[in-house]
Amino acid sequence: MQGNRVIGEAAIRAGCRFYAGYPITPQNELTEYMAEHMRRVKGGVFIQAESELAAINMVLGASAAGARAMTSSSSPGISLKQEGISSLAADELPAVIVNIMRGGPGLGNILPSQGDYFQATRGGGHGDYRTIVLAPASVQELADLTMDAFDLADRYRNPVLLLADGMMGQMMEPVEFRTPSPRQYREEYILRGKGTGKSRFIRALILDAIRMEEHNWKLYRKYQVIAEEEVRFETFWTDDAEILIVAYGTAARIAKGAIKRSREMGIAVGLIRPITLWPFPGEVIRRFAEEVGSFLVFEMNTGQMLEDVKLALEGRARVDFYGRPGGVIPTPAELAKVIAYQVKR
Amino acid sequence: MKKVFSRPRTLKDVPFHYCSGCGHSITHRLIAEAIDELGIADRTIGIPPAGCAVIAYNYFDIDMLEAPHGRGCAVATGMKRVLPDRIIFSYQGDGDLAAIGTAETFHAANRGENITVLFINNAVYGMTGGQMAPTTLLGQTSTTTPPGRTAVLDGHPVHFSEVLATLAGAVYVERCAVNSPANIARAKRAIRKAFQYQMQDRGFSLVEILSQCPTNWKMRPTDACRWVDEVMTKEFPLGVIKDLQAKG
Repeated sequence: MQGNRVIGEAAIRAGCRFYAGYPITPQNELTEYMAEHMRRVKGGVFIQAESELAAINMVLGASAAGARAMTSSSSPGISLKQEGISSLAADELPAVIVNIMRGGPGLGNILPSQGDYFQATRGGGHGDYRTIVLAPASVQELADLTMDAFDLADRYRNPVLLLADGMMGQMMEPVEFRTPSPRQYREEYILRGKGTGKSRFIRALILDAIRMEEHNWKLYRKYQVIAEEEVRFETFWTDDAEILIVAYGTAARIAKGAIKRSREMGIAVGLIRPITLWPFPGEVIRRFAEEVGSFLVFEMNTGQMLEDVKLALEGRARVDFYGRPGGVIPTPAELAKVIAYQVKR
Repeated sequence: MKKVFSRPRTLKDVPFHYCSGCGHSITHRLIAEAIDELGIADRTIGIPPAGCAVIAYNYFDIDMLEAPHGRGCAVATGMKRVLPDRIIFSYQGDGDLAAIGTAETFHAANRGENITVLFINNAVYGMTGGQMAPTTLLGQTSTTTPPGRTAVLDGHPVHFSEVLATLAGAVYVERCAVNSPANIARAKRAIRKAFQYQMQDRGFSLVEILSQCPTNWKMRPTDACRWVDEVMTKEFPLGVIKDLQAKG
């Protein structure tokens, strides 16, 4: 099944009942899947919005009204959604936002890229907030992490980004959908009209500086808990490694291919694959530096996660970088050459 | 003694922050009265905008969800689609609705979203201190049109209600004012009707309210009320712009 469609199916199975989106390549199959299948489930709503701004704000309304809600786009469209993502974080409303990244900046192109790492992991919009960022590296993981994204969004009442690229969205692989756990979300967070109770409101504007500061610290404490609890990563061939590659998503798949080739040539190289880009597995990388003196960060951009790896290592090990931006998909053989070169240096 | 007039139940016992003579407080009251009379306070959700009415949730005793600037109709769309049996209204100013929120408003109307929009037109950006609004009249001075708005440099006043009325999804569009007892009574009837249309699942309804802003117009409240009659209604005539039900 194709990656984009898998995200749609996993979302519906996870109880997503509201989707709004706007056409943009390379994620259109997801929007089309939702158009076709959302109307088949009870209470399912699909809206083709007039813009990305409208789509994310529809999601905001739907989320406040109690629906599991999702929108998706690709890089330029995600830039437009930042206003709403910032508002969702401020309002402490759950939502899932899918970014099937393409080459940029600007309109860029429609080919796979990882150029939106900074935007995704630093909040993305204005103000002091974070979003949880999940980076799948297989179609199976697209399914699993999509379901997880809804649970995480509810648990922390915060937007969650599923950050993949055009390669992930377009590729086809076998997939199994697990049975999702029932939703746990408190009625008190939902606005349905006051009924016989007291009226409530949800708002992001807090004019009083002290109250605004309190709200910021409250969000900060939540992010601290997320950073403690939700770090996810995979290690691959790290036991005897003398060089460690750090890569995520499509780049991590390429890296695995390159590692196999390098191992055949007798080079002891392994991989750390962050699955959560925020919170970032910096502590894990730092611990590896006790054994390993050389790290190679590999991204499909000009070096963004590189900064997080350097921050994690704080000079404890040598850090090199190899990247191909702009929609170029490097081959495992190409990366294996880079690894061999680094060993010789 | 018989009590003949009191605060509507849907308004909290909180003093408005609005300036003397401002049309917002009158309009808030009319909305609250309409909600009370229709008995829908338990199932109505309001969506306040960015602008002077941003803290409307301090005044209305109903559930409220603040929308980012201009996105009221998108937020309302999301809510209404999830909760089709609730009454959802968006409260938006002229800049919010007819400038930054043009697309969201236009397309919500075009989809015939079963929501109600209260469109407060005071021909100026109030909260930010009196800049030119899309509805600022030609010749009207503002902090960003110091010599007065000119068509050549600043464009013409936008007649957004008339634009929305051309869309098949809009079932009821009326322009009212809150500058005199007679106009206030008419505005109240229009707001009630808009809510009733939503209760009957008819589609998109909008009531535009010409609302005086004495502070930014730099007028006394009485002069501001007169200005609505003598100047503003010449550009924005009062009355029903579209009522599909009236046509049968």
